[in-house]
Amino acid sequence: MTEADAVHLRFAVNVRPKDGILDPQGRAVEGSLGHLGIDGVSSVRVGRRVELTVTAADEDAARVVVERLAAELLSNPLIESYDIEALGGSSSLVGEPA
Amino acid sequence: MSVRIGVTLFPGSNRDIDALNALEIAGAEPVVLWHERADLDGVAGVLVPGGFAYGDYLRAGVIARFSPIMRSVAAFAGNGGPVLGICNGFQVLTEAHLLPGALLRNRGLRFVSRQVAIAPERLDTAFTHLVGERRPLRMPVAHGEGAYFADDAELDELERTGGVLFRYVDPDTGERAGGEGDRANPNGSARAIAGVINAAGNVAGLMPHPETAVEAVLGSDDGLGIIRSFVESAAARSHGGAPAVVGAR
Repeated sequence: MTEADAVHLRFAVNVRPKDGILDPQGRAVEGSLGHLGIDGVSSVRVGRRVELTVTAADEDAARVVVERLAAELLSNPLIESYDIEALGGSSSLVGEPA
Repeated sequence: MSVRIGVTLFPGSNRDIDALNALEIAGAEPVVLWHERADLDGVAGVLVPGGFAYGDYLRAGVIARFSPIMRSVAAFAGNGGPVLGICNGFQVLTEAHLLPGALLRNRGLRFVSRQVAIAPERLDTAFTHLVGERRPLRMPVAHGEGAYFADDAELDELERTGGVLFRYVDPDTGERAGGEGDRANPNGSARAIAGVINAAGNVAGLMPHPETAVEAVLGSDDGLGIIRSFVESAAARSHGGAPAVVGAR
């Protein structure tokens, strides 16, 4: 793969507690809503969003990398689920040396 | 003839000195295993100590899992080498899939740092055979993410196969702690589980700190039996003799 062939793609991995897993952070956020004078909000779940740029031969190859990262590092499959969002071409490489 | 036991050291480990001290009291020759090295220095056992390895970023223990030293520890465990994880070390071992389950944020949301009481479920393991008769065992916890979790099917399987090694108990009555809301269960762990052991019997982890309860003058030496069991099992294995106990179930 030469530099000219490579694509730089930006992805987001959204990780959240699995259904049925108690989420103490979500519960704490929910508990604070009363202090804001807000009601009618329930089932708050707190997750994590990781955005990253992948340099690979093509989009399929980039997705393979993101899938692996999401499953092995960014989430713990026992307690968390994730989805992957394609954010399109990268802007994060702007300003980096060619 | 003392046995060499390694203590892994990650950026953010903070109970390593306590671990080295406890191992020495238990008669071992402790050595530090730096996280960037893959060499286990010929140790007979590995203790993964408490702390906040790699700042607990992402999830407690997960980044340590991919360090060079942990890859070697995983291979060592795969060959039957005894490995004990304490607190953050327990989290590292679950993230590395060397132990079942996961440690979630404490149900009460607060970091809990105080003395608790636990009791071993089994005395026939490499980590408990020298624990003796004293009950309950008093030692501190100090963690924010110690609520043991596995789904019900896995918990049933753990109970059935003897995978539950320690439970939180009431310090006065010695009875098994309740769920969330029972002060005896400091973090809301499922089924009051404080520590588990793998199916092969050579890897164990617990959230409480036996390594800081090894000298009566400092409040409790109830943890020493656990550390001594681990050290003697490692010694028996490395000297080529029969293991001190048959760990496999």
